[in-house]
Amino acid sequence: MNPSHLPRRAGVGFKPEHFTAIDQARQPVGFFEVHAENYMGAGGPPHAQLSRLRADYALSIHGVGLSIGAMQPLDRDHLARLRALCGRYEPESFSEHLAWSSHDTVFLNDLLPLPYTGQTLARVAEHVDEVQTALGRQMLLENPATYLLFEESTIEETDFLAEVARRTGCGLLLDVNNVFVAATNHRLDPRAYLARFPLERVREIHLSGHSETVDDHGAPLLIDSHDTPVKDPVWALYETVIERTGPVATLIEWDNDVPDWPVLRAEAEAAEALLQRAASRRAA
Amino acid sequence: MSMLTQAGFAAALRDGASPTPRGLAAWNGPRPDRRFAVYRNNVAIGLRQALASRYPATERIVGEAFFAAMADAYVVEHPPRSPVLLAYGEDFAAFVAGFEPARELAYLPDVARLEAARGRAYHAADVIPLEPAKLAGIAPDLLGATTLLPHPSMSVLRSPHPVVTIWAMNAGEAEPEPILDWNGEDALVVRPRMTVEVHRLGPGGATFLTTLAQGATLGEAMLAAAADDDNFDLAANLALVLASGAFTAIRSPGGHHD
Repeated sequence: MNPSHLPRRAGVGFKPEHFTAIDQARQPVGFFEVHAENYMGAGGPPHAQLSRLRADYALSIHGVGLSIGAMQPLDRDHLARLRALCGRYEPESFSEHLAWSSHDTVFLNDLLPLPYTGQTLARVAEHVDEVQTALGRQMLLENPATYLLFEESTIEETDFLAEVARRTGCGLLLDVNNVFVAATNHRLDPRAYLARFPLERVREIHLSGHSETVDDHGAPLLIDSHDTPVKDPVWALYETVIERTGPVATLIEWDNDVPDWPVLRAEAEAAEALLQRAASRRAA
Repeated sequence: MSMLTQAGFAAALRDGASPTPRGLAAWNGPRPDRRFAVYRNNVAIGLRQALASRYPATERIVGEAFFAAMADAYVVEHPPRSPVLLAYGEDFAAFVAGFEPARELAYLPDVARLEAARGRAYHAADVIPLEPAKLAGIAPDLLGATTLLPHPSMSVLRSPHPVVTIWAMNAGEAEPEPILDWNGEDALVVRPRMTVEVHRLGPGGATFLTTLAQGATLGEAMLAAAADDDNFDLAANLALVLASGAFTAIRSPGGHHD
């Protein structure tokens, strides 16, 4: 099975509005990541741009619609589309979410939470297995940003992810912003979460911004909005992670209120500087 | 989570009036309504944005708030059936045509149809258009029996409203100004290379291009267009066939094709 093998550098989530700026010169980024579903048309500018990027940079394809956490079977048509896309671009990595987004025949267009039980664990592992078999490659599974909990949950999220990875051989995508968002929303310590997280399985890290609101009782509720720079506490957690893991491919995600390219590039350069520091510390 | 729990969660997401599903919790108490509302809001806003990005001129005409209400109503009746949202909203124009609050804007569904055609053209397969010299190389006596292969991105739209003019004024392609000649307009939508183009068609042009695209010969298409409109201009339409990139290859009657 083809393992995920992104360069251990900082990358950026590609936005078509940045294509012209990116295409002017070689950019100081290790890879680009795209959402798979935006490249499921037959042709046109999306594929022209992606082909061009692919020629010069490492590529991560990140799915947002496979609904791996659904109790119902995976959508075989969608799996076939992902297989075709991965065949066409041969990305260094393919990743998806520990979440569901379709029910019955309706696509709900959000990454929805699931309870962590023996039953859901078995289902998710089956689905991850099916994806890896269909794509002929290892996939990475991402930890979610969640806003609520399920009374029926019996397994810690970190243990759930570790067990899925153990059963299927998948890698993990650690979204540090999601860790901070979910920990705040559930009044947990993000450092304790990371201490339990199976870091040895992590092949990619996501960093992004979030926004703040309040819940039914006035307590802070963070929203995984991807519309701001990475916030300081997330950078701080990131540093503790790469101190332990050494350099890991790290993506800056910025999907809403997208800034000009230089702003995004500067975020990637900030991550790259931390990665280099982590590398030299380990070498020392 | 049983299938049943997931079904309840999904149903409550789509129905803003329904209560928060049972079995959900937060650290500070039961009934996490606002927390559940975050998901409900994400679903609604995401789909609204998907439609707005496919129908920007339609949104500009009716305004953001009106469009949002129209989009929300559409989503309830026609939720996406695929995670490939770039193709979502294919039948939005038909919904707009039946949307009572928009009834006064009789041209609105055709603007949406034009935008739908532009969206399909944007994502259509890439094929290099026919080189004009290829058609010039065909012996004149064989020209009438020649057929052409349409470009995967091409489509023709007919409207009793000045749909191209209205679209252009609301897509930043033309200065907005009063439309003095309120006449029907037909359009050819095609993406020969990387840019989607909209051509306003002359009399009989829509019939000519549609007939050709269906596989009829140039002779048959010319007759159909002339029968449809006395003012059909063959030379102008042949020039458009070549210049627009709406066709990709020639099949001459001898079975030779290119």
